[in-house]
Amino acid sequence: MRRIICVWLLSLMALPAFAETTLDVGYLRVDVPRPPVLSNLDAIPENNGMAGAQTGLKDNLTTGKFLGQTYTLTVASVPQGDDPLAAAAQMLAETPYLILDAPAPVLLAIADLPQAQGALLFNASAGDVSLRDSDCRANLFHSLPSDAMRTDALAQVLVQKRWTDLVMIAGTFPADIAYADAIRRSLTKFGLRLSAEKTWDADADMRRTASQEIPLFTQDFGDYDALILADELHDFGRYVLYNTWQARPVVGSEGLSAQTWAPVIEQWGAAQLQSRFSDQHSRDMTSLDYAAWAAIRTLGEAVTRTNATDPQTLRDYILSDAFELAGFKGRALTYRAWNGQLRQPIAIAHPRALVAQAPLEGFLHQTNELDSLGLDRPESKCEAFQ
Amino acid sequence: MRSFLKSSIATGVLMIAASTAAAGEIWVTNEKDDTVSVIDTETLEVIQTYPTGERPRGITFSKDFSLVYICASDSDAVQVMDPNTGEILHDLPSGEDPEQFVLHPDDTHLYIANEDDAITTVVNTKTHKVVAQIDVGVEPEGMAVSPDGKIAITTSETTNMAHWIDTETQELFANTLVDSRPRHAEFAKDGSEMWVSSEIGGTLTVFDTATQTELAKMSFEVPGVHADRVQPVGFEFGKDDAFAYVALGPSNHIAVVNAQTYAVEDYILVGRRVWHMAFNADKSRLFTTNGVSGDVTVVDVAARKAIKSIKVGRFPWGAAFRP
Repeated sequence: MRRIICVWLLSLMALPAFAETTLDVGYLRVDVPRPPVLSNLDAIPENNGMAGAQTGLKDNLTTGKFLGQTYTLTVASVPQGDDPLAAAAQMLAETPYLILDAPAPVLLAIADLPQAQGALLFNASAGDVSLRDSDCRANLFHSLPSDAMRTDALAQVLVQKRWTDLVMIAGTFPADIAYADAIRRSLTKFGLRLSAEKTWDADADMRRTASQEIPLFTQDFGDYDALILADELHDFGRYVLYNTWQARPVVGSEGLSAQTWAPVIEQWGAAQLQSRFSDQHSRDMTSLDYAAWAAIRTLGEAVTRTNATDPQTLRDYILSDAFELAGFKGRALTYRAWNGQLRQPIAIAHPRALVAQAPLEGFLHQTNELDSLGLDRPESKCEAFQ
Repeated sequence: MRSFLKSSIATGVLMIAASTAAAGEIWVTNEKDDTVSVIDTETLEVIQTYPTGERPRGITFSKDFSLVYICASDSDAVQVMDPNTGEILHDLPSGEDPEQFVLHPDDTHLYIANEDDAITTVVNTKTHKVVAQIDVGVEPEGMAVSPDGKIAITTSETTNMAHWIDTETQELFANTLVDSRPRHAEFAKDGSEMWVSSEIGGTLTVFDTATQTELAKMSFEVPGVHADRVQPVGFEFGKDDAFAYVALGPSNHIAVVNAQTYAVEDYILVGRRVWHMAFNADKSRLFTTNGVSGDVTVVDVAARKAIKSIKVGRFPWGAAFRP
């Protein structure tokens, strides 16, 4: 039961002399239930992700009109309870190019569909490290950074600030557990120490509001340099800031946070992308929007340079040294040939300003400093890309 | 003999003094201070600071230097200032978010890149009227006009193209792809060549103007700096177009390119995130705007060395010379 929200067939006026090249792109969102959280302050935009794809489509169309190339974007959403695989198969019958907003198990199931073999799929939503590791697929690229890229970025900042004695509070949602795992891995990678860990369990016997509970909850941490929060659903974390027993900075899911994209990024020409996006959609651009934008721009860049529309040519070009995407992060973005992950700098920001951008100066790498973030070639167990 | 030597040395010193004594000013826009700083090319001091509209970036003088045009990007206007008083005389309609512009050799038409709108706006500076608006790629930035005035160029940062505009019809007649994020364009050698820098691509592309085909492409390697951080942005040609001087952004260096052989001959260390530049009257000194360090580096062109840095406002961006 697929419900198509809307179909665009935008082709801006093209110069008539050209033979038209058209690339059709599908955007599939699989709705997942969201558990209740303590605060309702953050509404998740209805068009989260799709809006980014639309801005990217517009960029591609403007460029394409000078080259006789055009693009279409078909957006579909699978409501909870419906079969995402049927919807994906139906889209794949129309085009081999899909941008996916879905949880990791669904992404894998889609990538394994017979109809998806030879297709080019972009994961814009799932940071799961496993998708870039042993669970990778040759037809699944990742425009969203892995959790490990974000936690490595945060760890670099902790090293630079010499906040080496760390404690962590982790939530119990799967995303919190995955983030906490990524944090532990990054702390080990960069030689940092986690001296204590606590779990924030909503079922525990807590009879006060979170903000009243936090001072006592954090009292037995003793002294430490910084408190890491693994609260990826933004449930309790907002009440931790300024309520801890010790006066120490809060980092991770709240406070100083490593993010794919944030409204406070204005350097490297990012102000232009931010204003282009907010003019079009009347809101700030999220990380999911950015990942969707980067995915459709990746396809656009490959079509611009190759004038081809077959998946094999585009895939080869995207993985080649010639490919580079100007992604408003100050460096050319490229794809890791070993697992299809889009290499990119990571912003470390608080809600009001950018604090740093990883890779930080001094974190060296033998080939590309960006590979100090996330799974480097020797670390990744991905074999599908070989 | 000795006295002859002495006097010839003295003459030499006098000649050097005379050449730098051709007094002039470098005008620098300070993007995050909403001001222009005026630097004396002889004393190398800031002698004036004038307020401008919001987020001043591109800056250029009228041919007789009686007017200075300033892109006040966030005021959505090109401001016209009296350079002798710093008074804003009037605003020109510019389209939204004007970033860079170029004044046509006719001293009348300004070609303006409207960064947020994917448009190049042509404004008549005498009548204050918009003459044409030309659709170009996403985020137009670099602007150039050929010495004979027949061709104007807009480069678009996200579309990665140089758009060739016929100034007679105000229409595009060619679009040429370049590497990622083209930033700046200049005609060279009497207009026979057109050069474009690509910030993220890390290259400088040379086109043959007559055929719009690529003649050469240069890339840069600054020792000790990762290739990703070597980002060509603004550039200018020295005396007789013998050398091009290319700002390499966050690598904090200027490259010296031999414009005949297209070989990169040297790198000069300047301030942080070097952006644009302007020469003094005899092109013996180059003044670079350094966005992050908030200063202007003065380079001795012959020695290929920085000789001084001058504190200006926050995020200096554009630079222009007037005698």
